[in-house]
Amino acid sequence: MQIGLFIPCLVDQFFPQAGLAVARILKRLGHSVEYPAEQTCCGQPAFNAGVRSEAAALAKRFIQVFDRFEAVVAPSGSCVAMVRNFYPELLDLAPHSSFITRVFEFSEFLVDRLNVTDLGATFNERVTYHDSCHLLRELRVREQPRQLLRAVKGLDFVELNDGPTCCGFGGVFSVKFPEVSTVMGEDKVAAIERTGARYVVASDCGCLMHIGGLLTRRDSKVRPIHLAELLGGAP
Amino acid sequence: MSTVAQVFKETARRMTHDLRHRSWIQNALGKYYVGRDEKKARFQNWQEARQAAAEIKWDAVNHLDKYLEQFVSKIEARGTKVFWASTGQQACDYIVGVAKKHRVRSIVKSKAMTGEEIHLAQALEKSGVEVVETDLGEYIVQLREEAPYHIVFPAMHLTRHEISDLFNKKLGSAPTDSPEELTMIARRTLRKKYCAADMGISGANFAIAETGMISLTTNEGNGRLSTSLPRIHVALIGIEKVLPTLDDLALFLPMLATAGAAQAVSCYNTFIAGPRQEREPDGPDEFHVVLLDNGRTRLLADAEQRDTLHCIRCGGCLNVCPIYKNIGGHSYATTYMGPIGSVLTPHMRGLTEWKHLSFASSLCGACTEACPVKIDLHHHLLQNRRNAIRCKSPWWEKLIFQGFVTLMNHPLLYRLGVKLGWFGQKFHGLVKGTKLDPVYAWTQSRELPPLARNSFKDYWRRKQS
Repeated sequence: MQIGLFIPCLVDQFFPQAGLAVARILKRLGHSVEYPAEQTCCGQPAFNAGVRSEAAALAKRFIQVFDRFEAVVAPSGSCVAMVRNFYPELLDLAPHSSFITRVFEFSEFLVDRLNVTDLGATFNERVTYHDSCHLLRELRVREQPRQLLRAVKGLDFVELNDGPTCCGFGGVFSVKFPEVSTVMGEDKVAAIERTGARYVVASDCGCLMHIGGLLTRRDSKVRPIHLAELLGGAP
Repeated sequence: MSTVAQVFKETARRMTHDLRHRSWIQNALGKYYVGRDEKKARFQNWQEARQAAAEIKWDAVNHLDKYLEQFVSKIEARGTKVFWASTGQQACDYIVGVAKKHRVRSIVKSKAMTGEEIHLAQALEKSGVEVVETDLGEYIVQLREEAPYHIVFPAMHLTRHEISDLFNKKLGSAPTDSPEELTMIARRTLRKKYCAADMGISGANFAIAETGMISLTTNEGNGRLSTSLPRIHVALIGIEKVLPTLDDLALFLPMLATAGAAQAVSCYNTFIAGPRQEREPDGPDEFHVVLLDNGRTRLLADAEQRDTLHCIRCGGCLNVCPIYKNIGGHSYATTYMGPIGSVLTPHMRGLTEWKHLSFASSLCGACTEACPVKIDLHHHLLQNRRNAIRCKSPWWEKLIFQGFVTLMNHPLLYRLGVKLGWFGQKFHGLVKGTKLDPVYAWTQSRELPPLARNSFKDYWRRKQS
């Protein structure tokens, strides 16, 4: 399959390893993976701020860049939710337009589209999983990441027992209401630490940046890691 | 930023530091989640029940004119006086007028958010009438002279010690640690008030068009006493409360109890179809129904957010909202708090002053998922943000986003920006965590991971060459 890789800005700048892992995994599964260098942003920050004409300009650009691929895969539930759930409204597209239905979040692409759950990875640690809100509630992706994690050899999976509740990132929210965002994150970190896990896995780098930022500030032993990076192993 | 917004931000910030408050609320809600899920499991299929409820509400709201007329003609036929109030002021004036006409001196009031919405108790007290809240939680916050903390649990922020102190101060009762004894203290005081009251005021949880009756739910029986003992009963009802048929209650009563209070069914469900009829032994001589618009028809005209009128005021969205849980009900300074309040308030009280509530959300969608009648709450917050930008947005915010789009539309500029960021980062350590730090809003409480030495794009390009 001809796959276009969409690497959102946070992955590009802060978590490039997660993006590289996605590319590695998809190639290993025998697909042709291309990263169109002219890609930028899906437009979500502008859309969420209410600035819709600016968001629409970026959305149009996104479609131009990626329209030639059979499938578009991104290691972010939030950005894919932007495309799938909000582009139709923003650009007056049909929700089942051929472009929209070709854009996938990484874990749902593996499990639902490629029917792959076991990537042959090994990870000898206790791990918990944080449900990113947009992946869970906008895209309804809950089981797919868990299936992928459970197939990892040596991995001791523990559920987070907190709802699932938002980690408090919320994009611009995290700096517009920093104190509220922080205490939400502290509740999340406390729930993570109660599991006794060494790693907290998530599918969105916004959450990882927020949770990770709090963990580091607290000198916690728990490490944040993107699902793709855990599954992709060392290069 | 409007003053209201500033006060909100400041109060919210202060509340986040109140660890005692946060753990108290989260502990209470923790118990609610367990009970709610247990009761949800008793539905054959909770998701289908939600869908059915949303469809019934859709029908009711989209044919509101028809159902309201049906409700009114049925309930009037049994001698009820119906008043249509366009505004809160009109509703207050009418009810004060009824009280004056009958020389009412004291009123017992069953819990009604519509009353809070139009400040009815204050209007009546100004005209010299005593108003006593009879719902225990409402009674407590009335004694404290504060607004309800929650739509369903008005005094959930208070411990039994605080309530004991309050009763001791206001009612002269002996201090006690026992919730039962506290309830009995309130009960002894309230019983006397019921017997002395000339008028009872209630809201309605539902208004049934088919039969022309109101449905009133309480857990303390105070609704029943407030509406049947005094000689006059006034029910203040939002026009969106109408349901087409009596059968609909078979779904809505357990649903309200489950989502609202983690109960299978509430303890007291009362149906009232008019004043005391001939040969009936009890009930009021006069029954007035005040149908309140107060901005609801404006919402009805808004096709995008009309489903907000589905709301049955269960408070389920508050209970799951991570913002509400951490800042508490009073921070909002609105009648309706939490997610539903953040959506409704700009419609009722103006977007310019209340838009900050739409931005005070991480858009996590827990509210939408919890709503038993499927109101698209968090997407409405996004629409309110869009509307806020359309009607009035600060020039600098527009500039930032225009800059952002220019950057994102020109990959070269974007790369240059990133390089500058990478360069700037080298000096970040000098100001990190101080007010000079450009990312202080983040770094005051969280570490910022360093920008990767090589971005994904760099790696990719190198691999290709």
